[in-house]
Amino acid sequence: MKNRGLAFKLILFTLSGTMAVFLSAFAYFYVSSKDSMTKCVEENARNLTHSTVHQIEKVLEGVQKVPLNYASLLSARNFEAGDIAGLVERMVSTNLEIYGAAIAFEPDALAAGAYYFAPYCYRKDDGHLMNVMLGDESYHYFTMDWYQIPRELNRAAWTEPYYDEGGGNMIMATFSVPFYKGKDAEKRFQGVVTADIALHGLQQIVSAIRLYRSGYAFLISRNGVFITHPDSRLVMTNSIFSIAEEKNSSLLRRIGKDMINGGEGLAALESGLLLPDKCRLYYAPLSSIGWSLGVVIPEHELLEGVHRLGRMVILIGLAGVFLMTIIVMLIARRITRPLKDLSAATVEIARGDLDAKLPDIQRGDEIGALARSFEEMRLALKDYIKHLTETTSAKERIESELKIARNIQMSFLPRAFPPLTGKNPMEISARLEPAREIGGDLYDYSLIDDDHLFFAVGDVSDKGIPAALFMAVTKTLLKGIAETGLDPARILNRCNLELCGENDSMMFVTVFCGVLDLRTGRLKYSNAGHEPPVIVRRDAQPEFLPVPEGFLLGVEEESSYQTMEIELEPGDKLIVYTDGVTEAVNAAGEFYSHANLMATVRSCWSLSVEGIATEILGSVKLFSLGIPQADDITVLALSFAGAEV
Amino acid sequence: MIESLMKTAAKVIGVFFFVLAMLGNANADQDRRQVSFVPQWMPQAQFAGYYVALEKGFYERYGLEVNILRGGPERPSAEWLKKAAVEFATMFLSTAIVERAKGTRLVNVGQILSRSSQILIAKKSCGINSWQDLNGKKTGLWGAELSIMPRALFRRYGLQVAVIPQTSTVNLFLRGGVDVVSAMWYNEYHAILDAGVEPEDLVVFHLSDLGFNLPEDGIYCLESTFKDDPQSCCRFVRASLEGWRYAFDHQDEALDIVMKYVNEARIATNRQHQKWMLGHMREVIDLPEPGGYQTLLKEEDYLAVAGELMANGLIDAIPAYSDFLENCADVNEK
Repeated sequence: MKNRGLAFKLILFTLSGTMAVFLSAFAYFYVSSKDSMTKCVEENARNLTHSTVHQIEKVLEGVQKVPLNYASLLSARNFEAGDIAGLVERMVSTNLEIYGAAIAFEPDALAAGAYYFAPYCYRKDDGHLMNVMLGDESYHYFTMDWYQIPRELNRAAWTEPYYDEGGGNMIMATFSVPFYKGKDAEKRFQGVVTADIALHGLQQIVSAIRLYRSGYAFLISRNGVFITHPDSRLVMTNSIFSIAEEKNSSLLRRIGKDMINGGEGLAALESGLLLPDKCRLYYAPLSSIGWSLGVVIPEHELLEGVHRLGRMVILIGLAGVFLMTIIVMLIARRITRPLKDLSAATVEIARGDLDAKLPDIQRGDEIGALARSFEEMRLALKDYIKHLTETTSAKERIESELKIARNIQMSFLPRAFPPLTGKNPMEISARLEPAREIGGDLYDYSLIDDDHLFFAVGDVSDKGIPAALFMAVTKTLLKGIAETGLDPARILNRCNLELCGENDSMMFVTVFCGVLDLRTGRLKYSNAGHEPPVIVRRDAQPEFLPVPEGFLLGVEEESSYQTMEIELEPGDKLIVYTDGVTEAVNAAGEFYSHANLMATVRSCWSLSVEGIATEILGSVKLFSLGIPQADDITVLALSFAGAEV
Repeated sequence: MIESLMKTAAKVIGVFFFVLAMLGNANADQDRRQVSFVPQWMPQAQFAGYYVALEKGFYERYGLEVNILRGGPERPSAEWLKKAAVEFATMFLSTAIVERAKGTRLVNVGQILSRSSQILIAKKSCGINSWQDLNGKKTGLWGAELSIMPRALFRRYGLQVAVIPQTSTVNLFLRGGVDVVSAMWYNEYHAILDAGVEPEDLVVFHLSDLGFNLPEDGIYCLESTFKDDPQSCCRFVRASLEGWRYAFDHQDEALDIVMKYVNEARIATNRQHQKWMLGHMREVIDLPEPGGYQTLLKEEDYLAVAGELMANGLIDAIPAYSDFLENCADVNEK
């Protein structure tokens, strides 16, 4: 993944992003359209159920009215036995909805000796009315539901549906209304007025309901028995409870109970209960008769439209994603091709070929900007490299000049004591370690004549080339003036005057100089602002040589210098140094200091002058190990052996 | 040549077997006695054994060609028997005793249901939890001999109940018109459940458990029929018992057979109900060992029922037990 190309990543991220958006949008679409579809269908089912219920109720109420009226008539008035059959016939003849009607009396209620009295009139198939008398040994109507139920309940009631006696295919139901004689406590049950209706009209209303391909409506009686059902084998034989028992569904049984108890509602049913597939059942009661109407909606078919639409959307989505892939690939290629070219060219540049040709990208976008920046960078690099080459050669030149200057400077300094004729009354050695190529420290020693040695140590205020030049001037002046045989103070005075006169750069130099009489050991010396040298007398501790006061050279023309004198005994040693020694710094930022110097001298004073100089220098270097040398360091050691040696 | 010989031989053999088969059939037809049988009610699993015996050819195997007629409330089986329109009929012991007492010379050749399935069902919501609570309740009772055992119960415990005549439906009970309803455990009880009533809302009193056992379905024929051909009568009983055994061992197949008769008779019932009924038939029928009878009516049961019939004024005298039954174990069927 990490190593995959930009185009791949671009496609991957774009497509996965797009897919995520598409899928979530699709999921939302699917769920919400399913919801709204379901709600819509449920609403339709509710409306359909209610309107059907209303339609059926209207028929039933129309039928109910007739026996209700006759019952109140019979309760209110006394009729002769002969009038009853006429009443019954009128009930049927004037109400086309009524298939048959009866007025059935209690034993002996109408006339003594008439145990059974129940004129019944019904409509024959040819439309003619038929009058019969119900009740004999084999038809004991008092125990029939249509008689017994209103009698025992003291209210009008519909019977369960039943097949008509004629053995036809007709399902009937009877509405029976009790009538009484007397009022209130005196009220005595006299019989019932009944009206039969054939249910095929209602069955047709319900059977006509079709929802989608396999959805249907059904009607169940108060006992849960199917009055209508698309599967005619279930009609009048099975009940919703027997189906529940067969399918072992407690849910269906609960629904059935709610239905026959006049409940209304919506239920989701598992497949195989009322339809082979999952379905929804909406049901509402027919309150007047205690039946219930159910509408079964096949869930699969209900959602077919949504599924079809969903498939279409998925197809469009996939096509879109495919198209998107192609577009993204093209865009990716358009972006990455110049980048690839650029990358190839930069590889050349990276190898050092700054003349490598960058691809010519004439674009205003980021890629164009990048290419232009690259071109600018290439040019800048090229310039820089060119400049660097020049600078480097200049620097190299300066460095080599400095090297030469150093050689020249070092060649100023005396390297070994000039060989004396005959005896050698003293030894002298000096070391100079410049901080840079060339430095501002100086030392010098030379024989002025056969008996006098001039020596000097100086330190120019600055470092580097100016200091080196100034040092050269000072050294030349000192040496020149010393050769005139003047005492040290006069040398410094003259030298000061010379330096002041030409010193526009306001540089200055500290100098300690002395003249040693090699015969007597008398040392005359003077000091111009320099560190006091260390004197080591034989058989004594080293100490700092008292020096006369004197301002440094090159600043003040009026400065004056004094000469001091001491006698050197044979074996005495003098160590002159510059502040590069005492002011050397270690890693902790401490100075080497005079005390350290004195300690070093004490440890090494017995060595030869070279040894002493080398030892001190080594000690300083060790002290400031790891710290770049900040100042030039000079140590000059002189040992007096005496004239008689 | 050989081919034509083979063909001829095949034809000859074919004709031979055909003639043999015809002879066999003629033989069977000659041997088989044609009899009619009517159960006391419309087709249902209560009579599964007889329908299965017919459909599975058990009657044929016993040399009988049986015609099962459709019973029902309009055509009481005793009437068929009395008119000698059928050779065999089933009926409750109580019905048979009443008929015998009235002078119909019928005899019991096999008592199939030895235990009563008669129950009283009450709704707990009416405050009935034990039989003592029946006092003062509106109770639906079937007519005549079917009410003798409940009446015996009421009499013995001095229960005053308001009797409401009951016929073939339990709708009055379902609508709350009566507090207690008469029922058969195998039939009305399930019909009530099948109308959405929960078993836990009901209290059931088994009359046989309370000591009022009425042996129900028995096979009856006229004395004369038995005298004329006791072998056929006993073969009928034996084949019927085999039918029952097969029905209990193959309940689904038996239900298929029952439903065939149910559908032909256009009866408002369903397979679940018949399944329930067949299941409960099994509980009240004690089948003898294969080939045996042991379906004898016990004398004490007979006397108890007859006594109750007397007490209710349904008979004037108890017919002799020995006259009332014929024992097939004594008959040599061969």
